[in-house]
Amino acid sequence: MRIRPYVALGTLAAALSFGSPALLASEAAQNVRNLLQQGQAERALAAADRLASANPRDAEARFLRAVALAELNRSAEAIAAFQKLTEDFPQLPEPYNNLAVLYAQQRDYDKARSALESAIRTHPSYATAHTNLADLYARLANDAYERALQLDDGRETRRSTAPRSTLALIRDLGPAASAPLVVASASTPVAAPPAAARPPAAQETPAPAQTAQAPAAPPPPAASAPAKPVEPAPAAAPAKPEPPVPAGTAPAQTTAAATPAQPAAPAAGDNAVETTVLSAVQAWADAWARQDVKAYFSHYDASFQVPGGRSRQAWEREREQRLNKPGKITVEVDSPQVSVNGDQASVRFLQRYRSVDFNASTMKTLDLVRRGNQWQITQERVGR
Amino acid sequence: MKPSLFSRIRPRAALLAGTLALAAAQLAAAPEDRRISDAGPEAALRQVFAEIEANRLDAALDRTEALLQAYPTFRLGHLIRGDLLLARTRPLSTFGEVSEHADRVQALREEAVARLRAYRERPGMADYVPRYLLQMRADQEYAVVVDTERARLYVYRNENGKPRFVADFYSTHGKAGSAKQYEGDNKTPLGVYHVTSRIEAAKLPDLYGSGAFPLNYPNTWDRRLGRTGYGIWLHGTPSDNYARTPRSTEGCVALSNQDLITLANYVQPGLTPVIISNEIEWLSLDDWQAERSALNEAIETWRTDWESADAQRYLAHYSRDFRSDRQQDYETWAAQKSRVLSANARIRVGMQNISMFRMPGEKEMIDITFDQEYSSDGYSDRMRKRQYWIKEDGRWKIIYEGRA
Repeated sequence: MRIRPYVALGTLAAALSFGSPALLASEAAQNVRNLLQQGQAERALAAADRLASANPRDAEARFLRAVALAELNRSAEAIAAFQKLTEDFPQLPEPYNNLAVLYAQQRDYDKARSALESAIRTHPSYATAHTNLADLYARLANDAYERALQLDDGRETRRSTAPRSTLALIRDLGPAASAPLVVASASTPVAAPPAAARPPAAQETPAPAQTAQAPAAPPPPAASAPAKPVEPAPAAAPAKPEPPVPAGTAPAQTTAAATPAQPAAPAAGDNAVETTVLSAVQAWADAWARQDVKAYFSHYDASFQVPGGRSRQAWEREREQRLNKPGKITVEVDSPQVSVNGDQASVRFLQRYRSVDFNASTMKTLDLVRRGNQWQITQERVGR
Repeated sequence: MKPSLFSRIRPRAALLAGTLALAAAQLAAAPEDRRISDAGPEAALRQVFAEIEANRLDAALDRTEALLQAYPTFRLGHLIRGDLLLARTRPLSTFGEVSEHADRVQALREEAVARLRAYRERPGMADYVPRYLLQMRADQEYAVVVDTERARLYVYRNENGKPRFVADFYSTHGKAGSAKQYEGDNKTPLGVYHVTSRIEAAKLPDLYGSGAFPLNYPNTWDRRLGRTGYGIWLHGTPSDNYARTPRSTEGCVALSNQDLITLANYVQPGLTPVIISNEIEWLSLDDWQAERSALNEAIETWRTDWESADAQRYLAHYSRDFRSDRQQDYETWAAQKSRVLSANARIRVGMQNISMFRMPGEKEMIDITFDQEYSSDGYSDRMRKRQYWIKEDGRWKIIYEGRA
């Protein structure tokens, strides 16, 4: 498990860079990220547009703008935007990755493959691209086998029911990618983040970007959503059950700044409480895996903050649909960390989700509230 | 830091390679100049398998993709590509790592083996000839010889009576194998046939691809043995399929469309022999020459014995199992010939344009055709004649004779 110094370090980094123009840019980027996280892609796009046109060399602003386009299903524009990013910032793996995701959605697996292979060339240890590429190779293999095994008379129609692309769209430039920007920013009057905050990937980054530019990317610990499919699956983010913290994927959670910091260490003697909180989470996961919709919803408190600002009803409809999808699924709660504060609790864990055509490991945080003997979910967040 | 995906997968390629070791190991040693004249995918396939054998899967995939650029509907190529891609995500246990359609996967494996084997075991084309091509008449420019066992079709050019290798192609035959007997048995006939006509692709369903050359099955010998069926053709493949698996027709011999088009350059309808064998017997040129001389000698003796008008000498060339094209048996034939021979003086027999083909699927039998000029005091005629000669007790004898 990775340490979670993001709140403190984020504050520190913000304090260090206070007053610099970069802060404004990074705050604006954070705003775009928040909007994306809340599913407000239109507003995110507008904000990113402003940011990017004010600062055309700002890779992150342009990246976020492209993500927003992708979220709005404006694929052609998103592809063009990511494509331009790969040309202007060939050292960044994320734009290649996202290009691949969009190509894969259009079933253009060969282009997707070549984009992912480019992503890996920029960062040989780039785990998301590796995971996506493995997924893509399996898909390409499947296509190749289908072509190999058609009937001789050619009448057999190609199977059109191939599972939808589940490749992970990167929502943000990760630390490995932003590292060159950070390094480049050494020439600008912005404090580098504390060395300790740099993930190892930052040091491994081969060559710093030559383009000295506003360090739009916040220091690594600050923010980003994890790999997430374009198809909004609030419960699961695709990433094979690989080690959950690939160097290149996003750190930190966007909501970190907005929520008051939880007491990190639970008070001694809370063990029994922790156990009940954990068993509530386990029961929630079990109900999900059983595809028992009723039991699943029973774990959500009346005060549950529906993600994306939608109505509870719309959210329930969507969840019900997802849960009722045929096929066996499993949901595992891995390495949970529980923090309890009176009647409130927060459980952070690696959620391992598996279905017939989709595997995903996602860092998830559930906030819970005590209602009598029960612990009920008030907020469900994806990310670190 | 987790190990890179590729380094984790590479060692497992050994499994895939192992499956193909048989095919690939000896291939790797084959000299590059073994390629003679066909432009088919065998050479590239061989290289792909050599790369797999050497555990260079990336190179193998590159080559496979280049191969598929040239032959986009080459299903075996797609199967190999599928394996090479899948090998990047998990270990493979077999060649053609697909759980469904086991029969089709197996058929593609057989295609791979057939292609590689034909490539590897290509006989020394300058030193060996198919035993069947004993003699071609001057206007038969080419002969086609099919080996169903190897799924291979060979083309020979007639160079002053001597067959010279021109090209060979992968070919497909009947799903139930060879030695056709009955209509609908899905087998490819074995024997000496010829192309009767050419049908253009435009007049055919897509199934037949770039055209068709009907054969004269059932031939005289087939009919004598009571074999039935019809419509045995050489033809192409559907547009979405570069090649069909080795055993997949209803008895026809199918080639890739581009190979059929190449073959069309060699085929003369009505003339070109198509000899279909189960497994070609190859003869050294010396043995071939000896066999051919012995037969020519036997035929010449028959001719001079006929001219001698000595019924006993003449009839000694005929088997007791003889049948004529009018279904006369030996006794009837012998009685009639004896009468004719004694009534005619100064018999002269001329023979031209002699073709001699050993008949596959039969033990020691030759299909001989020639233009015969007969004359005697009161009568003369010209005809094209067919005889089947069979070896009985070490002597060549005629078991059938009639108009060709």
